[in-house]
Amino acid sequence: MPHDEIIHSPAGISASGHPYREDQDAPLTYWQNMEIAIRELLVEKNVTTPQEISATIDAMDARSPADGARVVARAWVDADFRARLLADGSAACREMSFDIGALKLIALENTPDIHNVVVCTLCSCYPRNLLGLPPDWYKQRAYRARVVKTPRAVLGEFGLKLPATTQVRVHDSTAEMRYIVIPLRPHGTGEMSETELADLVSRDSMIGVAVARQP
Amino acid sequence: MNEPVRIKYAHPPGHVRAPYFLRGKRGIVITNLGPRIDAERSAYRQTAPKIDLYRVRFSMAELWGDQAEHPFDTVDAEIYDNWLEWENRASPLGE
Repeated sequence: MPHDEIIHSPAGISASGHPYREDQDAPLTYWQNMEIAIRELLVEKNVTTPQEISATIDAMDARSPADGARVVARAWVDADFRARLLADGSAACREMSFDIGALKLIALENTPDIHNVVVCTLCSCYPRNLLGLPPDWYKQRAYRARVVKTPRAVLGEFGLKLPATTQVRVHDSTAEMRYIVIPLRPHGTGEMSETELADLVSRDSMIGVAVARQP
Repeated sequence: MNEPVRIKYAHPPGHVRAPYFLRGKRGIVITNLGPRIDAERSAYRQTAPKIDLYRVRFSMAELWGDQAEHPFDTVDAEIYDNWLEWENRASPLGE
């Protein structure tokens, strides 16, 4: 079937069988109008420029979990740094020259007996200035409601089965602080460099719904 | 710290930072994060004195009773001082 098939079924699947995203033919919502109005006013009044807005969006998009992974890898190889990271997460990130703005970070260390996992039950608080934008599931009610009640079931759905002897600590970002999990360093990585170790640290392992990759 | 507290069972309107599922529950204060801007007031551009913010730990047994998946697992949350009833401190009203 050609890809320009224009007869769509109501279910959101094209006749050739792949899902499509609906065109945005609906009118703007109240808040979309509000955003445009305020943005245009700020530009007209020379408070900001379209270039500055684009540059800020670019800067946010450029942040990625790779920054957090470098912090975790440093903590794995440098015990003094790990101690500083646990004492003051924000200061330790700035020490590595990450521009994290006003982020107030708490690092949570996994141990063989303790597994940490992060949520924001009230909204979608996330250490964006270090890890970039949160995944969609992190913002959804299903994750936010379930992980504080049945974290082991939720982690199981992510493929992580924890023994009953491991305590699960769920951390709800209800106010000022943001959280990053320091996963356990995988076994057999003693010879790896800090850069190689950072490749083992996934976004999900820093949220706490996964562990670091085995090399 | 390790001081026992109970989160107030109250339902004020507004930009409240104490989640419903923790209200009325008993926990242990594990850290005082120090005086912080009170987000519940600053959300409305109200100026107010800074207020102590604490990390409080709750057991799953306390939160969910018999439905707890694993009673010794925990939830930690940041709670502002105005939400805390300190179990081992005299009430300011001398009750």
